[in-house]
Amino acid sequence: MAQRTQRRARRTQDFGSLYKGREGQWSWIAHRVTGVAIILFLFAHVVDTALVGWGPDAYNKVVRVYQNPIVGLLELGLVAAVIYHALNGLRIMVIDFWPKASDWNRQLIYGTTGVFLAGMLPITIIMLKHILKEHF
Amino acid sequence: MKPEPWWDEFTIEAEPTDRLLDALHYVKWYKDGTLALRRSCAHGICGSDAMLINGRNALACKVLVKEVAPKVTVEPIRGLPVLKDLIVDMEPFFEGYKAILPFLINADDPPDRERLQSPEDRARFDDTTKCILCAACTTSCPIFWGDEQYIGPAAIVNAHRFIFDSRDQGAEERLEILSDQSGVFRCRTTFNCTEACPRGIKVTKAIQEVKRAVMFRRF
Repeated sequence: MAQRTQRRARRTQDFGSLYKGREGQWSWIAHRVTGVAIILFLFAHVVDTALVGWGPDAYNKVVRVYQNPIVGLLELGLVAAVIYHALNGLRIMVIDFWPKASDWNRQLIYGTTGVFLAGMLPITIIMLKHILKEHF
Repeated sequence: MKPEPWWDEFTIEAEPTDRLLDALHYVKWYKDGTLALRRSCAHGICGSDAMLINGRNALACKVLVKEVAPKVTVEPIRGLPVLKDLIVDMEPFFEGYKAILPFLINADDPPDRERLQSPEDRARFDDTTKCILCAACTTSCPIFWGDEQYIGPAAIVNAHRFIFDSRDQGAEERLEILSDQSGVFRCRTTFNCTEACPRGIKVTKAIQEVKRAVMFRRF
């Protein structure tokens, strides 16, 4: 592309007001947040599986941390992040490849959010039950 | 001169059917003559007075006082350098516009009369002919705020207007420009541009059509 003069992006913190975008903006933010959360977990996950190279004892010792109830709640968050990111990703692909979908973006967002919440309900109950049974 | 941005507050009386631009004029003419803002036609077609009104981009001449009363917050559009009050430097915006070659490209000899086009071919790009270059879409885009090189929705809308014009032969050239890393694939489909467009252009839809044209060379 032709070289353009550098545009110095304004720092939004200078003004502090939030742009009141609608569903699309919020789904975009949620997609980014869940994406970063998942990649951070993956870093930890690479380390914990790599520990098997130091023998089963080292591995078991570290993986036992996952049985901690707080980590259990984090796991619930991880499942939520993965499911949201996957469903929203599918919506984005539909928008990308099916021309008419752009006209129905808001409805698609409500649809994916609905499926996400419906899926999270039983998952939350099952996982919380498990945590409660293990520890209390 | 104040080097840092600041807020100022004015209390005025206005009719519910006055436009926000009228209220800003009242402030400028009777309260604070230093208030700087752009406006020209005041009827929603010149594209001069796009601003961030209560957190959303709109034209001040198309927003009525009753829609925003009793309290309205007005800021300059985002992502472009502020020169004074509500005036931003539009040059980076127009550079993006110029980069997509916003003019008819046709190497054939000019016909004796006009270049004919079927109503169907004309309808193909009708939506994107409505752009008034107000920058409401481009400066509502979170990618544009953060990525200093992103060409922005308005430039892509105007590229769409020529890419899908059956009389134009410059589509390959424009698609090459827009397939650049600062081009059409920066778009993350947040639809802020579509919500912000005062002309009702389906901006994101146009961008998506250009993306598919880049991928499949189909236009």
